[in-house]
Amino acid sequence: MSDLLRDIYSSIMDGRQKETAEKVQEALDQGADPSVLLNEGMIAAMTEVGKLFEEGEYFVPEMLVAARAMQTGLGILKPYLVKADVKSSGKVVAGTVKGDLHDIGKNLVCMMLEGSAFEIIDLGADVDPQRFVEAVHQTQADIVAMSALLTTTMPNMKVTIEALKAAGLRDNVKVMVGGAPLTQQYADEIGADGFAPDASRAVATAKSLLAA
Amino acid sequence: MTKKTFLERLNDPQVFVLDGATGTNLQSRGLTKGLSAEVWVLEEPDKILGLAKDFVAAGADIILTCTFGATTIRLAHTTVAGKEDRINRKAVELAQQAVAGTDVLVAGSIGPTGQLLSPLGPLEETDAIKCFAEQARSLATAGVDLLVVETQFDLAEAKAALTGIRMKTDLPVVCSFSFDRGTRTMMGLKPSTVGEEITPLGVAAIGINCGRSLEDNQKAMGELRESTTLPIWYKPNAGLPQLDPDGNSTYNLSPEEMASQVSGWISIGAKLIGGCCGTSPDHLSAIAKEIRK
Repeated sequence: MSDLLRDIYSSIMDGRQKETAEKVQEALDQGADPSVLLNEGMIAAMTEVGKLFEEGEYFVPEMLVAARAMQTGLGILKPYLVKADVKSSGKVVAGTVKGDLHDIGKNLVCMMLEGSAFEIIDLGADVDPQRFVEAVHQTQADIVAMSALLTTTMPNMKVTIEALKAAGLRDNVKVMVGGAPLTQQYADEIGADGFAPDASRAVATAKSLLAA
Repeated sequence: MTKKTFLERLNDPQVFVLDGATGTNLQSRGLTKGLSAEVWVLEEPDKILGLAKDFVAAGADIILTCTFGATTIRLAHTTVAGKEDRINRKAVELAQQAVAGTDVLVAGSIGPTGQLLSPLGPLEETDAIKCFAEQARSLATAGVDLLVVETQFDLAEAKAALTGIRMKTDLPVVCSFSFDRGTRTMMGLKPSTVGEEITPLGVAAIGINCGRSLEDNQKAMGELRESTTLPIWYKPNAGLPQLDPDGNSTYNLSPEEMASQVSGWISIGAKLIGGCCGTSPDHLSAIAKEIRK
């Protein structure tokens, strides 16, 4: 069994989608505990992917293919997780803010969060503040994650936070922000709860926000 | 007056002055947050012209058109969708107006599509090529002196741009990359790989623009120098950005601090020098003085 776990781990690390799917299915067929596959296989692999990304060993392509392999495996695992009543790490409403069409970073964040068992509601790019508000309202999300690549669109993060306040939802959710031009200082100044400089650290930020 | 062409100038011994930033300078002149600079080409042409004139006055030998994102893909969801051709032509006209009566050249700026190419992203290579070809045709028809494919991070997309351009024009082309993860692009591309892969593709110069810190950019230029014999185009940011809550960014290097690095850049091999984000006309003026000293 530990062999299969190791195979799942390394197939995700290397971004081998088909092999990940096969190994996950094989492990499940042999009666493996879905939560063990999730935690010790998939999440462990994605954590390592994130670490290598932070260290400059992995770049966007490696991260993308690993995340896709993980998603494929997760697709197979999901029904078993539901049956075994394994809870998600939390619910995240994510999107690139209004006026900004850049979704590469946001997609990576979504994939990395999914790889850590968060449930993702991805609103896409150019997301109006009001759509964030509605999504939080409808899904009872734990976290709002906003992305911006442009210094010109970053202020819409603040606008969105204000919209959450106006709707009386600000205290119900944690807000985290990220994107190339952002800094911790900026996040603090606009009243966000958390900041992550990249997709890998977004996972750590999301976890720490919900642990707080 | 007949101007010396870009290729002729590259054979001259001197170092040439490029322009400064478009985005950050237009923002300090009132470009609304969230609005792409290309919108101003049609709506506030005087502001675009004003900045171009300031760069010429600061000593630029070559200025870029305000067309970085003027492609069908990038403008698709903006208020100026479908007006790419008009924007490209108008931006060239404004740049030409700014250089009228001088021997300053106009370079047509071509930025990335903002999407990842298949299989990593949704964009098919053929669509990328088509998109770049259209922009190159607009810019070339409007009369630019050269084209600059800039802020590239993916070898496949840069190659698609070069392919698209060559379907429409024989103008000289510069291909410039942003090493924004230090000395690698976000795709992990190394300067040496850029040198090896882009040099044989018929470009007139290879470049580095934007990126992160001046230190990292300089290191990247050293690596690029080792891997190509082509002239190097160099437009680093004026240091690192500092932001206020309204998204106004200031870059941490003064004109003097930036200019003090110029001789180092030239000794590594920069042939064409300007600045990216944060480089104001004052920064450029200091750079130009240093180059011509």
